[in-house]
Formats: sequence, structure tokens, C-alpha cells
Amino acid sequence: MSEITTERQKTGRSLFAPLALVVALIALWVIPMLVAPRVGEEHFVGTDAQATEMVEDTGYQPWFAPVFSPSGEVESGLFALQAALGASVLFYVIGYFHGRSRTERALGRTSSEDD
Amino acid sequence: MHIAEGFLPPAHAVAWTVAAAPFVVHGARQVIKLSKEKPEARLLLAAAGAFTFVLSAIKLPSVTGSSSHATGTGIGAILFRPPVMAFLATIVLIFQAVLLAHGGLTTLGANVFAMGIVGPWTAYATFRGLRGVRVGETAAIFVAVALANIATYATTSVQLALAFPDPASGFLGAFAKFAGLFAVTQVPLAITEGILAVLLFRALARIATRELNVLGFGRPASKESSHV
Repeated sequence: MSEITTERQKTGRSLFAPLALVVALIALWVIPMLVAPRVGEEHFVGTDAQATEMVEDTGYQPWFAPVFSPSGEVESGLFALQAALGASVLFYVIGYFHGRSRTERALGRTSSEDD
Repeated sequence: MHIAEGFLPPAHAVAWTVAAAPFVVHGARQVIKLSKEKPEARLLLAAAGAFTFVLSAIKLPSVTGSSSHATGTGIGAILFRPPVMAFLATIVLIFQAVLLAHGGLTTLGANVFAMGIVGPWTAYATFRGLRGVRVGETAAIFVAVALANIATYATTSVQLALAFPDPASGFLGAFAKFAGLFAVTQVPLAITEGILAVLLFRALARIATRELNVLGFGRPASKESSHV
């Protein structure tokens, strides 16, 4: 609308979009918890497992068993480990770039290439 | 999209493995080439692999009362081209097949084909197509990544329907059955994955501008001066 507020509008807008996206993410996670119908005994059965059941219903017998089958408790721990490994690398990289861009901004961004 | 261990007949298991293998080998070569030719992209590459690692570890609830996976391969395919993700997805799927009894070694080929090949190529083609008609970078990423997720599960449905055609209605009937199981559950998850990819890209665009420019993103590099 007016030209005076452009600077503030810019920062406002750059914060609004990610916030809206995060809210949408949370909604996408919470809404199923509230509205999803219960399928049988368990809630939120994996579709992979359901597909397996559908195949078993045709009378098919798997011809190869997993080389290693962790029990449910151990399995959730290993899934957590997988997520933790990924998250640590991902956020290490984001943290590295974040620190670098802050330093560069503080130094007034030299135009020369750095190593 | 993880077809469980032993749940594809041997002939199908072998066929999908043979089909996926060249993509994975080519992908491994591309990873080596990329990290040699564009060393500044190495950290971003690690981030893309890590993103897939995190997302495929998490089962997300959906409105159908089922849960399912995001794949995380779309954004990496857009940034680094699809072959790279064929290799990274294979690493993730081997980890899950060996340690988590999730997916399997006999079904590795089929699962790689769905998550590491069809998904990434869908993301890349959609992104390029949308950019070609001047859709904004962020919107194009969202649509491309969400579609890649759906395409991955559509591929799994095709694979299962080929192996287990319905006695009455054949391949198409079985495909409708498997796709029906995945489709509705998958839509909200595809949207979730699209949003996550956009958030990641926005963050990278701000703090790793130079690296994204090297890969051809962000402000169009105004006629690159001589590269040493």
C-alpha cells in the first residue's frame, strides 16, 4: 500500500510464509489423530503391512525371511536411530551454512572467493 | 512402499533388481563425479541424503487411520538430478532391509525402483516442466515433491498388481485394489512432504545461496564468468 513500510513488510512476509507452513504441518499431523477412524484393533496400521496382508489373503507364502528381525521395542529404537543419524547430518550442514552466512554478513561480505 | 521381504515371487524380484541395478550404478558414478567436479556441493549432497534418511524413518499418520512413509527423495532429485537419488535411496533401503526388517533384500530392486527411480524422476520432470512455464521455484518444488511421493506409491501398486493379479479382474483389478489402499492415505502425506521440502529449500536458499547457485538455483547467474 504505502512505500514507507516496505522494509518491514519484507521481513514480515519472509516470516509469515514459513510460519504458515509449519502450522499447516502440525495440522496435517494433528487432524488425523482427531478424525481418523479406527481400523481394527490397532490405530494407524502401516499401509505397507496392510498391503502385505492383502497379498497373504491371496494364499501367497513369502519365500524368503528377513535376515534379522528385531522385536517391536528394538525396532522402534532402530527407527529412532535412523532418524537421529539423518537429523544430525542434516542439521550439522544447516548449522554450518547458517554460521557461515552470519559471519559473512558480519564481515560485510567480501566479494573475493574464500576457501 | 516397502514391499516386505519375500513378498514378490522370485521371477519378479529378479526382474526388478535387474531393472534397478543400472540406475543405481549410474547414480553411484554421478555421486562421485559430482563431489569431484563441484566440491562445494558436497555438504548439500550430504544434507539431501540425510533428509531422505530422516523422512523414510518416520511413519506419518493419515486421515484414513493408516500410517505411511514420506520418501524424502524428491528435493534431492530436483537439486542434484535423479540418478544421485537412486544411489542414496538404495543406501537407505539397505539399512532398513538389514537392520529393521522393513522392506527386504529380495524386494530391494522393486523398492529402489519405486522410491529411488520413479519418484525422483517424477519430481525432476515435474519441476522442470513447471519451471518451463514460469511457475515460481517454491511452488514448483511443492508440487514436484508431492507428486513424487504419490508416484512412488503408484509404482508399488503396479509392482504388487503385476505379481498378484486379481483372479477375476486381472492386473487392473489388483492395481485398483492396491492403489486404493495407498492413494487416500498418501495424499496428506504427500502434502506434508511437499511442505517440508519447501521449508528446507527456503532455508538453504538463504544460507547456502552460493552452493545453490552452483547447482543452477536461485538468482539466475548472469552469464557466468570464466570458471577455472
